[in-house]
Formats: sequence, structure tokens, C-alpha cells
Amino acid sequence: MAKAYVYKRDHINTDEIIPARYLNTDNEQELAKHCMEDLDKDFVKKVKPGDIIVAGEDFGCGSSREHAVWAIRGAKVQTVIAKSFARIFYRNAINCGFYIIESADASEKIADGDQIEIDYKKGVIKNVTGKKEIKFNPLPDFAVEIINNGGLLEHIKKAGA
Amino acid sequence: MSMTITEKILAKSAGLKEVKPGQLIDAKIDVVMCHDVTTPAAISMLTEKGIDKVFDAEKIIVTPDHFQPAKDIASAELHKRLDTWVKRHKIKNYYKIGKAGVCHALLPEQGHIRPGDCIIGGDSHTCTYGAFAAFSTGIGSTDLAAAIATGKLWFKVPPSIKFVLNGKLTKGVFSKDVILAVIGRIGVDGALYKAMEFVGPALADMSMEARMTMTNMAIEAGAKNGIIGFDKITQKYLDEHLKDKKPYTVFESDKDAKYESVYEFDCSKMEPMVAMPHLPSNAVPIGDCAGKAMDQAYIGSCTNGRIEDLRIAAKVLKNKQVAIRTIVVPVTPAVWKQAKDEGLFDIFYDAGCVISAPTCGACLGGFMGILAAGEKCVSTTNRNFVGRMGHPKSEVYLASPATAAASAIEGKLTDPRKYI
Repeated sequence: MAKAYVYKRDHINTDEIIPARYLNTDNEQELAKHCMEDLDKDFVKKVKPGDIIVAGEDFGCGSSREHAVWAIRGAKVQTVIAKSFARIFYRNAINCGFYIIESADASEKIADGDQIEIDYKKGVIKNVTGKKEIKFNPLPDFAVEIINNGGLLEHIKKAGA
Repeated sequence: MSMTITEKILAKSAGLKEVKPGQLIDAKIDVVMCHDVTTPAAISMLTEKGIDKVFDAEKIIVTPDHFQPAKDIASAELHKRLDTWVKRHKIKNYYKIGKAGVCHALLPEQGHIRPGDCIIGGDSHTCTYGAFAAFSTGIGSTDLAAAIATGKLWFKVPPSIKFVLNGKLTKGVFSKDVILAVIGRIGVDGALYKAMEFVGPALADMSMEARMTMTNMAIEAGAKNGIIGFDKITQKYLDEHLKDKKPYTVFESDKDAKYESVYEFDCSKMEPMVAMPHLPSNAVPIGDCAGKAMDQAYIGSCTNGRIEDLRIAAKVLKNKQVAIRTIVVPVTPAVWKQAKDEGLFDIFYDAGCVISAPTCGACLGGFMGILAAGEKCVSTTNRNFVGRMGHPKSEVYLASPATAAASAIEGKLTDPRKYI
């Protein structure tokens, strides 16, 4: 079971997820130490492996820095559930093999601290605390294929790059 | 089937006769832009996966810019990794210190951007190059690695939104004000995953520099790309800048091309705009925010650090004194030299500004003008997110070079029209 960290705001941007002052490294563990720092400076102290971030519209807007995905993944966050994602963040997550979930009502039906279970194949988020089930559309097949192959580079390697 | 300019370029790049919005394509990439923040990671990935190769050593353009000159040991290491890789693969177009400039100003200036091309770069503001009737979009390090190795990338064809810019800009109002007004109207996700196509008579009075300011900020509305059709102004710039004179293909939107929506703007009624913290869409006319005290003015970046921008700022600052810290960052070495030769540096110096080497610098909170807690900066850059230029409790106000310069003189947000 995973704990949900709910940030109801829209447009949580890459500068909040990983501020540029830390972009002088691409080391995932270093980046993870500052995950979400300018939004919630205690996030990395609270988060446990497998926990989940829940947010509003346009999560990850701003920079192309894949460091944002690495910081979240490095903090051992299982997935991010948002109403929508910014374009480059969405691509970066898929390319890194990091499954993210678009759900219009998750941020309404999940409260901060709720215990959550996710069935990625069926497209169901189970809010154990709130006793609710939230359906979501699984990622498109091509994206799942990239993720299952372990990210874009393994994917193109298989295709003979 | 009728198509937009974006659809036509993507169809060509995918080797298809036509494409439709929503269609997944594999596109051939004409230019790959690499800089010091996202490329070192891409290089490491390629090395780790055992596919350390480049698809074409002539089509990859490299410049360190974000933390250049190296701001600390860690960024020096990034530059070293970039440098080693460039040499290993004999990458031809490498702009290192002395030639290095802010990527989105440098590539067009050095003649690497051609109409009809499909361009990607490891930076969100890669959409800038769309001003040249090209498809251009920003991507992250993994996409960058894939493009470097294969020269191909997957895309979903975006639906297009048309922005009709009617009328004529009045004195003291610039393309920066137009794009802030556009983003203010549609919001920071108003064009999410979409193409923003700019058309209309107001473009006829805009230089390529001014147009690049608008396409540069397409990402601030969530767009995949921003694009402007080819005309005499495009041609003149290309004639002066392209080194390789081989012909390029000019695509234009069909008259009956389909747009998801169309927005009209009367540029003759626009006022100088300021985007208030902490979103580029918080745009208000200067009349609604004038008088707010500032601590710093920043004139530079891939949005507004080109020669035209520095000329505008200098015109405002001539024979005046700045009341707050004012940092001028010419965007490339060529712009730096030109500003010096034109005497603009004297004007900045006399006014009390500091002039930096070309760098992305403080725009992204890197270095060279970082803000302390509670400080406010009027900036010609493109983002005003929380903590963007420094402390999470600092504030960034986005504006044109004229507004930034006028505000520097008075130490508070100021309508530039009284100084022009």
C-alpha cells in the first residue's frame, strides 16, 4: 500500500520539482534529495518508497529537464497521478520507463495521506482509506511497450539502433 | 487533404503524403541542438547502453550556455563531459567558450536553422526556431539520446491553434507584449500538446528577432511548437545568416487547413504587458501594475537578449541612471561585439548597469544575478515560476526590454512609453 501526497494545485512546474540550482548534476540520488523542494521542502523527509504524488492540471510544465522525472523516481515515488501532464514531462516519463497516470478526478477523490493501491493493467486506483475506486485510461500501447522495454533507449536498441 | 504548415513539415519528415492530428509518426530529424544541462546525461545514457554513436556529426549543434562560463566544479564537469564527447565524435558545429552563446539565439545567428526542417533540442525553448517556418520542439535527455544515435524521433502530430495578429503595434509595445497578452488570454496550458501558428498583418512589422521572442514562449502556453510562415523578412535574415546556400523547402498552411481554434488580437490596442508572479499567464497591462517597487532588472536570455532588444534598452537608458541593480546579458558573442561596436555598452555603463558574458545565467536561477528572499526582479526572460531566479520567496516580473529598462530607471514597474 502506498501513501498519497496530494498537491491540489495546477501547473506544478519543473522549477518546483527540481530547482535549477541543482541541475549541475544528473546524479539521480543527488537530485532526489531536492525533490519537490520549492513546493514542499519537507517532501523528501516524509516520502517512503512506493508512495504517490497526486496533482492537478499540467503537472511538470516548464523546462525540458528530465531531471524532474529522475528526482521523483530517485525519491522512490511509485507514480504521479495528475489531471493532465505537460508535454515534455509526459514524454520524459515514458522515455524513462516511469509509468504516470492521467486521471480527471483523482485529486478530488484522494485526500492527502490516503492509502492507495493501483492496478495498472486494469486502470483502477483503489483509495483504501476513502473506500473509493477511481478508473483511469491506461497509457497508450506504444507507451506501455516503451515502458515494458525499460525505456526508449532499450526500446530502440531492440529495434536495431 | 488540406494541412497546416506544422502538419506539412511533419508529413515530409515522416516520409508521408499527409498526416492528421493525433497520428503517431517517426520523424527524421534535420538538426539536433545540444547544451550543457541535458546533453551530458544523454551522453552517459548512450555510453551505458552501448550505443555511443552519432547519426550525423554535421547535424548536431553543440554549445554550453546554461552554466557557461562554468559556475562551479559540478558544472565544469558537465562541460568537460560535453567537450570529451564532441571530440570523440568529431562533431563539426561546436561553439565553445568565446563562440558559445545562448543556444536559441546562437543557432539562427550562425545559420543552422532552415525553413521546412524538423528540429529538436534538449531544451524546452527549442520552439523558438519555429519563427523560421520550421517545426521545432524541446525534448528531454532520453529523447535527445535517441535522436543523437538514430536521427529519428516519435511524435504525435499536434492539432493547430491559429493566432491572428491584426493591426499594428504602437510605440513602446513589442512582440514580448503580444506573446504575454496571448498567454494571458489562453493560459499556461492553453495550447497543451498543440501547435501555435501565428499569422496576420502585425507580423509584417516584426523582425526575425521579434518573431523569435513569440515562438520562444510557445512552451509557456504548453505548446509543442510555435510557428510563423515564411516571408520576405525570413528570407532576408536567411540570406544574411545561412552559410550553406543549398535550397530549402518553404511550406505554408493551406487556406482551408483545419484549426482547433482561432484567436484574434488587435495589436494596435495592445499596451506594454507585465506577467506577475508566478505564472507567465498572469499578464496585466502596465497601467495595472506600475509603481510596484523592484530590486533588480535583468535584460537578456533567449527571449529578449538579442541586438534589437539591447538597442531598445539602450534607447531608454541613454543619459539616465538606473535606481536598482541592472544586469545586461548579450545573448551571443556576436551580439556582445555588435552592442560594443554600436556604443551600447557605453550607454549601459554610464547608466550604471553591469554587462555580462553571454550565458543563460540568472534566467533559470543559475548564477550572475540570483535573487535573495523577498526580492523582486523585472526581467525580459520567459518564466516567473516560484524560485525561478533564486530564492523560493523571490519574485519575477516578465516584461519587454523597454519596460525592464524604464523600470530600472525608476526602481519600480514603469510604463516605457514616456522614455521612448
